[in-house]
Amino acid sequence: MDADMIIRLKNVNFYYGENQALTNINMNFRKNKVTALIGPSGCGKSTLLRLLNRMNELIDATRVEGEIIFEDKNIYAPDVDPVEIRRKIGMVFQKPNPFPKTIYNNISYGPKLTGVPVHDMSALVEQSLKQAVLWDEVKDILNKSAMNLSGGQQQRLCIARALAMKPDILLMDEPTSALDPISTAKIEELIEELKKDYTIIIVTHNMQQAARISDETAFFYLGNLIEYSKTEKIFTKPDVKQTEDYITGRFG
Amino acid sequence: MHQIQASTMKWRYLQQSLFFALIRGAALIITLALGGIILYIIIHGISAISWDFITKPPTHSMTQGGIMPAILGTIYLTVGAISIGLPLGVASAIYLSEYARQGRMIRLIRVGINCLAGVPSVVFGLFGLAFFVIFFGLGSSILAGSLTLGFLILPTIIGASEEALKSVPKTFREASLALGVSKWQTIFRIVLPNALPGILTGSILGIGRAAGETAPIMFTAAAFFTSKLPNSVFDEVMALPYHIYVLATAGTNIEETRPIQYGTVLVLVTLVLGINMIAIIIRAYMRRNKRW
Repeated sequence: MDADMIIRLKNVNFYYGENQALTNINMNFRKNKVTALIGPSGCGKSTLLRLLNRMNELIDATRVEGEIIFEDKNIYAPDVDPVEIRRKIGMVFQKPNPFPKTIYNNISYGPKLTGVPVHDMSALVEQSLKQAVLWDEVKDILNKSAMNLSGGQQQRLCIARALAMKPDILLMDEPTSALDPISTAKIEELIEELKKDYTIIIVTHNMQQAARISDETAFFYLGNLIEYSKTEKIFTKPDVKQTEDYITGRFG
Repeated sequence: MHQIQASTMKWRYLQQSLFFALIRGAALIITLALGGIILYIIIHGISAISWDFITKPPTHSMTQGGIMPAILGTIYLTVGAISIGLPLGVASAIYLSEYARQGRMIRLIRVGINCLAGVPSVVFGLFGLAFFVIFFGLGSSILAGSLTLGFLILPTIIGASEEALKSVPKTFREASLALGVSKWQTIFRIVLPNALPGILTGSILGIGRAAGETAPIMFTAAAFFTSKLPNSVFDEVMALPYHIYVLATAGTNIEETRPIQYGTVLVLVTLVLGINMIAIIIRAYMRRNKRW
């Protein structure tokens, strides 16, 4: 097994009540790469993403089988605190969801409450906003409400907020689906930049986006992992016919 | 498609006018009733209102003088009721909406809360008498009255708080939890502050109710007459609603004290309406700042 795999899934099954949403998933995510999860609606890609930081368990009557290994430990082991996992595996959501607080407090919220000793909070806020390429736009309005920002700015703020926790992995659940093309381009540039320091796993409905930004792509269909390979290969000569059909727009 | 008959059109128009008239009538009756009551109270009570009336205790067997002890007593009781009802109610609401697994037990608790809301206030009074005054030996006191009133307004506060907590978008909670912030921190830092306007509105409506109730305090806190002001929460007090009841039914001279009765009513109504008005203003102000 390669040492550069940051998170590994072994025989993972997932159920919403009686419905099985994911069937026997085996896959490894590569460190400091961008991995795209694609597939038609309801294929389980978002469910898989939310399994990685244990967000699915906020929903009643869900059940996980199998192992998800992160830092040599199954994150679903009984002695693992999901709160600890979420500090190391950050998440950006489909719709920008800043808190109704100031821009500064949006960023400082996580580090302040999770008890990580922060030497210089305003430096951390600045650094996080710079990483998310938002600093120049907001540096004079840090004490204004984040709700005043545009959708694209809000989403970059949410990325900065996640980065302030200094996570190892950044999960992104269709982060640009609610944004206009220019904001989308900015986020995509940002992802390119961020993969130097972070591992990024992104769910997207937009196949061009997956092709543009990801190093590896996994195609899901009806809760099964159909094909998982280098993005280039998936989009040029996939092994499985279903993948090809989906990518060429024959269904989905 | 065939042409609609002129008579059909006429009939529909008639129907519409009729229903509009009925609905307008209903709204008008309510407005008139409220306006009528307030006007009536003002006309009869305004002559009794003076600086002395609201700052001096009653004299001459309560046929003269002011109602200051009753105003103060009502304020004490209301503050007491809210200090008991608010923490208990908000805590219950947080448990019900954030922590409890929805099941038979929770359904049962909810039915209990709804029943509590339907219990006549005199039953609360008797409960307070049996439980707080006698069983706990608190005597007729501010504390016993506040506890009784606190329980009385509990359903209102729980209901309003639960609605307010539920109205905080799920995305806020998710964002906070996904940062690795614990559940109770998420509730205290994100959910509760954003639910505050709703909780406040509900509480203030509760205050209005607590201030105006007679039955729950007549056995638990209210004194027929006491010229001295309470020294501690274990003393009994005069209270506006009970004072009105006493003057109107059991006073030394019911006819002679009519102006004082109306004056007291006017003070009480002003107090309660004022409190409700504050609720409306707070709600309007908070809504303006709400953007999701």
